Amino acid sequence: MKTYIAQRLAIAVLTLFGMSVVIFVLLRLAPGDIVDILFASAGYVNAAEKQAILKDLGMDRPYWAQYIDWITQILTGDMGKSYRYDLPAWQIIKPLVPVTVELALLSIVFAVVLGVPTGVISAVRQDTTLDYVLRVVSLSGLSMPSFWLAMVIILGCVTWFGWIPPLTYVSPFENFKLHVVQFVLPALAVGYRSSALIMRITRSSLLEVMREDYIRTAWAKGQNGRVVIWRHALKNAILPVVTVIGIEFAFLIGGLVVTETVFNLPGVARFLVQAILWRDYPVVQNLVMFIAIIVILSNLIVDMLYGVLDPRVRYGS
Amino acid sequence: MAVRPIGGEIELTVPAAGSRRGSVGSTLWRFIRKKPLGAAGGVLIAVMVLTAVFAEVLATHDPIATDAAHTLEAPSAEHWLGSDHLGRDIYSRIVHGARVSLIVGLASTLLGSVLGGIIGLLSGYIGGKTDLVAQRVLDILQGLPLLVLALVMSASLGPSIQNVVIAISIPIIPRAARVIRSSVLTIREMQYIEAAGAVGVSHLRIAFRHILPNTMGPFIVLCTAQLGSAILVEATLSFLGLGVPEPYPSWGRMLSVSAAEYAQKAPHLVLFPGIAISLAVFGSNLLGDALRDTLDPRLRGSS
Repeated sequence: MKTYIAQRLAIAVLTLFGMSVVIFVLLRLAPGDIVDILFASAGYVNAAEKQAILKDLGMDRPYWAQYIDWITQILTGDMGKSYRYDLPAWQIIKPLVPVTVELALLSIVFAVVLGVPTGVISAVRQDTTLDYVLRVVSLSGLSMPSFWLAMVIILGCVTWFGWIPPLTYVSPFENFKLHVVQFVLPALAVGYRSSALIMRITRSSLLEVMREDYIRTAWAKGQNGRVVIWRHALKNAILPVVTVIGIEFAFLIGGLVVTETVFNLPGVARFLVQAILWRDYPVVQNLVMFIAIIVILSNLIVDMLYGVLDPRVRYGS
Repeated sequence: MAVRPIGGEIELTVPAAGSRRGSVGSTLWRFIRKKPLGAAGGVLIAVMVLTAVFAEVLATHDPIATDAAHTLEAPSAEHWLGSDHLGRDIYSRIVHGARVSLIVGLASTLLGSVLGGIIGLLSGYIGGKTDLVAQRVLDILQGLPLLVLALVMSASLGPSIQNVVIAISIPIIPRAARVIRSSVLTIREMQYIEAAGAVGVSHLRIAFRHILPNTMGPFIVLCTAQLGSAILVEATLSFLGLGVPEPYPSWGRMLSVSAAEYAQKAPHLVLFPGIAISLAVFGSNLLGDALRDTLDPRLRGSS
């Protein structure tokens, strides 16, 4: 188990290093440099000012030196400076983190609560009308853009309930009920999509497990059907589901980017979009790296869980 | 072509005495009967393709012509799906938007899948250290959420149709490479490859002439499934203002902030473009699922 963890950690560190290179290069693909874009949006160019900004950003130095500067900055936990606000980026991002974390957790809870049971039902009732209906519903979840679903939900609330979502963020200490409503709707919009993936994986993995001998044995000895499915079969079928949940947790960020924008929630994902639109590249670079770290961490946690859940992984090479 | 067993399908059909066309028809008919949902998906995609091709014929208005006298009109005989805040006809914009969505979706899917496919083919065939390095590099590309990667890329490259295609295709590369690589690994071990090597066929020829054609099943499945997600990403990028630029009508941009502003006054602004996106992606997902079950039983169950 120890070598297994060590191996995973080494791969994670290597991947993160690679990602930092990719992100660094990606943001320098732009024709012209960041300062040009900053000036283009400002509408004038002042040569002296440009030089000052270049120097301030450390961009007059060669690329390799810039890269090393950046990595040292990250390793010391410095998130850099926001160009637009002229503030340390962390100062702006810090209050946004709880919003995104709350939304992500709530979405994943919805996704699991909706996805796993429907997947089980669909597998047990394979090829019945119920199975078809559930599969079409879940496939629709994968087909609707989550920002559109969010807009339709808001539209529905306004039209049928006359309820207009608050235009600004409501803190839970201020008005708890409103806070919950404000988060439940976007979490549903995001969670529906993830639940579709979880449902599909649960279904196919359970179908596979239910064909195995030990399940037939359990049926044969007259074990209660519910126990066979939920205790015996699901236990082994849940592994791929855990993987998907882990991957989804990281990829939720993609769904959050637009949902936070539509619902006007001041989270990290919305801030990323704004930073991209404002060309606040130092912030974008650090935020994307931040996301990469979260992705790698959640993959790592899934790998560890795998080792705990499945003894075969622990002892295999 | 139609009766070649692909991806381990055991069913062997003796070619009928009839024409080649007849056997294609019967295969198609069997697919429709066995996979009604997949066939429905195929119909949706066919409708989208036809709409894109015949956009000029089908549209009732110029999709970019504004009309200040008729803004935010509800669906009527004049404007079938209503008009937007600039008086542009929504139906015509959706019809022309199909072309943009399809071109961007197809181009980025093909670009990403072909590049990824070649990487997967070579890394699987060569194996060893090359494979190991290629896999780690792909891990890196796959580690970032697809949308975040596409967002950063299209912002960095600047808004144009070409750049959107590039931004969407890059995240597809690692996914395609994985799929092709895993099927190459199985094919590589087969006897006819060994035989080809023994006869003295060059490595490059083995890879491209003898292995590549047999990965077509998974490749088609992959492309169909990726088409849906490419359309979805294009819509999202355009919605955020980083996708297809004006004046091309794009489904995603039709839903962007300006539509949200008028949503209460004119809900059709929000409803119809979203339905168009959802149906296109739904069709590609349905077809992809059915093709996966038919062409590539090994992939069954993986998302």
